[in-house]
This record gives sequence, C-alpha cells and structure tokens, in this order.
Amino acid sequence: MSAAHQNVSSEISLPQKHSGDFVKRIWKTFWILLIITIIELGLGLLLHALDLPDNTKRLLLKGIIIILSLAKAYFIVSVFMHLGDEIHNLILTIVIPLMLIIWAIVSFMIDGDSYKHMRNKYDKHFLERTMEVPPKTTKPAQ
Amino acid sequence: MATTATVHQTKWWSGGKSPFNVEYGKLMMWYFLISDTFTFGAFLISYGAIRFSQNFWPNPGDIFNTFPFTGEANLPLAFVSLMTFILIMSSVTMVLAVHEGHNGNKKGVAKWLTWTILGGLAFLSCQAWEWTHLLTGEHATLVNGQIEMWSQTVTHSPWGRPVESSAVAAALQNTSPEVLAKLVHEHNHTMSLSQLAALPHDQLAGMIKVSEMHVREAGPVAFGGFFFGITGFHGFHVFSGVVINIIILAMVNNGVFERRGHYLMIEKAGLYWHFVDLVWVFVFLCFYLI
Repeated sequence: MSAAHQNVSSEISLPQKHSGDFVKRIWKTFWILLIITIIELGLGLLLHALDLPDNTKRLLLKGIIIILSLAKAYFIVSVFMHLGDEIHNLILTIVIPLMLIIWAIVSFMIDGDSYKHMRNKYDKHFLERTMEVPPKTTKPAQ
Repeated sequence: MATTATVHQTKWWSGGKSPFNVEYGKLMMWYFLISDTFTFGAFLISYGAIRFSQNFWPNPGDIFNTFPFTGEANLPLAFVSLMTFILIMSSVTMVLAVHEGHNGNKKGVAKWLTWTILGGLAFLSCQAWEWTHLLTGEHATLVNGQIEMWSQTVTHSPWGRPVESSAVAAALQNTSPEVLAKLVHEHNHTMSLSQLAALPHDQLAGMIKVSEMHVREAGPVAFGGFFFGITGFHGFHVFSGVVINIIILAMVNNGVFERRGHYLMIEKAGLYWHFVDLVWVFVFLCFYLI
C-alpha cells in the first residue's frame, strides 16, 4: 500500500501511521479550533459591549482571549503542521529559539508602558489631548 | 539493557541517520518559518509597544463593524469572523491534501489542493473588500475645531475619542459647505450632493441633527500604519502561498511527484500554508479581539 513507495532516503524513517484515524484527528482539531474561535469572538464582543471601566476585569478578559489564542496556535502547530509527530530533537530545535519572543513581548510592553507614564508626567499637553474622558469643551470657535 | 538504551538515545547522532529524521527541504522550511515568526513577532510586538504607550486606543468593535451588502448595519467583528473561518477551513483542506500525499493518492491531493487555493483566494478577496472599505469610507472627524471627512489611511485615523454634542454644534459653524453637504446627504437623499452644496451655510448647518451625529476626534496616527502594514504583510504571505499551491497543483497534475515516488513537496507547501493560518491567529488576536 502506502509504505513501499514512500522510500525517500535511507537516512530517514518515515512514520507509517497515517490512516483513517488521522483524518478523524484532523476534523477533531478543526472543531476544536472553530469552538475556541467562537468563544474568543464571544469574549471579544463582550469586551466591546461591556466597555468595562475597570482595568483589571478588562485585562482578565483579554488574558483569557490570549490564552485561548495560544491554545489554537498549539493545535495548528502540533496537529496540522505535524510537529507533535516529529522526533524530540526537531521539536526542541524549533521551539527553544522561539522563547526569545517571550522576552521581547515582556520587555517591549514594559518599555511602551513606561513611555506612556513618563509622557503623562512630563507632557501635560499629551495627557490633556489623549486622556480617556471626552473633552468637555473644545477650543473657542471664532 | 543499559547499553541498548544508550544506543537508542544516541543513534540519531551516530551517522547514517538524519538527526532530525526529516529531509533537508523540510528542515529548511521549518528554519525559514522560525525566521518569519521573528519578523511577524517584531511587527506585532512593536504595535503592542506603541499601543501600550498611548492613553487612548480605538475599540476594534467600532472600526470593524461592517459586512458586505448590509449597508450601515452595525455588525462588529462579523466579517473578520468569516475571514478567520475561511482561513481555518483552508488549513484543514491543506492538511487533508498532505494526508492524501502520504497515501500517494494523486486525485485526492489535487482535489484538496484546489479547495485550499480557492480558500486562499476567498480570504484575499475578503481582505481586499475590508481594505477598500476602510480606505474609502468617510467618517466625521473633529480636526482643529471643524469637522472633516476622514477615512482610515496610513497617515489618518478617524477613530479617536467620541466628541460631545455641544462641541459638535460649535464645530459645525466652522465646517466647510462641502463637508456639511456630505453630512446632510448621509441621512437626507431628497437632494443631490451638488444641490446641497449650493445652499447657504446656515441652512445646511440647520439641516443637521447634532444629537444623531457620531463625531470623533482624530485617532492615533500609528493605527493605520500598523494595521495596513501587518495585515498587508500577512496578505502577501497568503498571496505567495496561493501562488506556491498553484505551482504544486500543476506539478501534481503533471505527475511530477508520482514519478518522484513521494509527495513530500506537498508537506513543505503545507507547512508554509499552516504558518499563514498561524500568523492570522495572532493578527486576529492583536487587531480585532483585544
């Protein structure tokens, strides 16, 4: 059947487990991705509809959405890209360099946040122009 | 027993075997995808850093609330949900094509690859509509004490803070007749735009119901650059993925892989295509959801 003609090179031993089960796994992953996306959308719309003034609650909702997105990324990489079926060596050589991204996210978000606080403190015009509350009056009309 | 275990542990590195148990091309595709991850990562992280440095950032539900053929209906995130669904679906058809390739089924590969190409083209069409809508849709924006009609471009954003009615009424006095005519025309179609523009300023201003108007200040300048830059770069990836898939489909139909004895090239194209879907997960997250 499928085994004989997939002989690529003597240096590689291809897995021989692709059967009907794998198709089932693909569709199962599809439903998982779809359901997670729908939940994400629900939370995103909730975030929009509630327009929470409370920063902590808003960040909590956003945090849940981010974790759900990471779960989606895991399923796409692991099942669709078959990385979960590869050998340990390959998984590590791909995943470990990506850890740098975590450092980049943390440090650059902190940097952006610190820039905001410094501008709000030293540039009152910036604060006035961009604070969350709508302005009560505009410049006097001529 | 101990010796067998050691042999098993080190056999990947003792020669005669690919240490990663994949062919050269697939390994290189993975390394390319890592570098591409850093490119997209850098874009999205710089967007995040700028967003963190702002006191105000527009709510995505206000910006992305339109759907083709529904006119002015307020449907937040509906269209982008459709785009996301299309891309997930095309990822599924791609992985099915890869699976048929493992089984050496030429017809199956061609069928699923065709669906993947159609999905990619559908996604690109949706993005073209969304971009056109953002670039051409005009919104009343309070700029320097008067109202101007702004669309979302790389340099201008009409999605700032909402303006109160009293401020709108004052701004209308300074607004040019062309803009006033456009504002009246949005709700009142009894006269043409040119007829309206001929009316005196005061009469036009009187025809506008200030309480019904949604006027905003100018939004963050960076929004357009990041949005069009990042979704554009992603769209370029989708486009190149479609081109690659079309080439592979032609090769499948010409029996190139049948003669070669394996369909591993589909796997490499598949990796690229899934990566495009993977990036969309994060573009969707950063621009539309949070």
